[in-house]
Amino acid sequence: MSPLKKAFVSSLPVLFGYVPLGIAYGFLLSQSGIPWYFAGLASIIVFAGAAQFLALGLWSNLAPLPEIAAATLLLNLRHAFFGLSLLKKFSNTGKAKAYLIFALTDENYALLSSQEEMEEGQKKRYYLTLSLLNHFYWSAGSVLGALLGAVLKINLVGLDFALTALFIVLALEQYKKIKKLKPFVIAIISGVFAFLLPFKQILLLLAISTGTILLLLTRRREE
Amino acid sequence: MSSTYLILSILVMAVVTFFTRAFPFLFFIRKKPPAVLLYLERMLPPMIMLLLVLYSLKDIKPLAKPYGIPEAAAIILVVLVHRWKSNTFVSIAAGTVLYMVLRNLLGA
Repeated sequence: MSPLKKAFVSSLPVLFGYVPLGIAYGFLLSQSGIPWYFAGLASIIVFAGAAQFLALGLWSNLAPLPEIAAATLLLNLRHAFFGLSLLKKFSNTGKAKAYLIFALTDENYALLSSQEEMEEGQKKRYYLTLSLLNHFYWSAGSVLGALLGAVLKINLVGLDFALTALFIVLALEQYKKIKKLKPFVIAIISGVFAFLLPFKQILLLLAISTGTILLLLTRRREE
Repeated sequence: MSSTYLILSILVMAVVTFFTRAFPFLFFIRKKPPAVLLYLERMLPPMIMLLLVLYSLKDIKPLAKPYGIPEAAAIILVVLVHRWKSNTFVSIAAGTVLYMVLRNLLGA
C-alpha cells in the first residue's frame, strides 16, 4: 500500500470522531453568537479540540487573555509529554517536522505512536498526510457546524449542555485510565473553594491553580 | 464580544498549544523529565476535566425553578449511558436531548 493510501485508511477512525465533534463545536460557537468564520480560524490555527471547547465557555464570560492562556496551558500540558515518545520517529522529517508537532493532537499522537517504524522515504509522507487529513476533518467539521448554526437561526435552549456532557465523558475516560479518585476529589475541593472566592472573572484559573497546588502538596513518593 | 478579543484569544491559544506540543522537542532531547512533571501529567487531565464539568454548571440556581433538576437528570443519564455503551457520541447525544426536553417541559 502506498504511504498516502495507508495514511487515509489509518485516518478513518479520526474522520468519524472529528467530523461530528467539529460540527458540534462549530454549532455551539454559532449559537453563542460568534460569527461562523471564527470556528474555522480557531480550528485551523489552534487545532486543539478540548481547549477550543473550553474557550467557548471562557468567551461567554469574557475571560481575560491571561486566564485563557493559563487554562489552555494547563489543559494542554499533557501534550508536552507526547513528543517524548516521538523524538526518534520525527527525526529526519525535515521541514515537515514543525507541522507534525503543531498537529500533535491526542488522536494524532495515538495513531503516530502506535505506528511501527517505516522506511525513511515513506515515513515522512505517511506522517504528513495523516496529520493533514486529521487537521482537515476537524476544520471542515467545525466550519460545517458553524454554518449550520448560523443558518438555523433557531435558538435551541439547552443545546449547550453538549459541552457539559462532553466534559463528563472525558472525565469518565480519564478515570478509566488512571483508576484513582484523588484528582477528582481535588477537583471538587478546589472548584468549591474557587467558587466561594469573589473573583468570578478568573474562576477557572483559580480552580485549576488551587487544584495543581493541592496535587503537588499531596504527592506521595511513589506517585 | 469584539472581533479583536476573539482573534487575540485564538492567537494566544494557538501559541500556547504549539508551545506545549513543541516542548519535548525543545528541551528533553536526551534526558527523562523529572518525576514531579510526570505525576502532574497524569493527574492534571482528570482533575481539569471534572473542573470543566463544574465550571459549565456554575450558573445553576438550585433554589429557583427548575431547581437544577434538568442538569442532575442529564448528568446521571450521561454517566449511565457511557458506562453502558462507552460511545462518546451516543452519551453526549442522550444527555443533551434529555436536558433540552426537560428544560422545555420544566421551563427555563
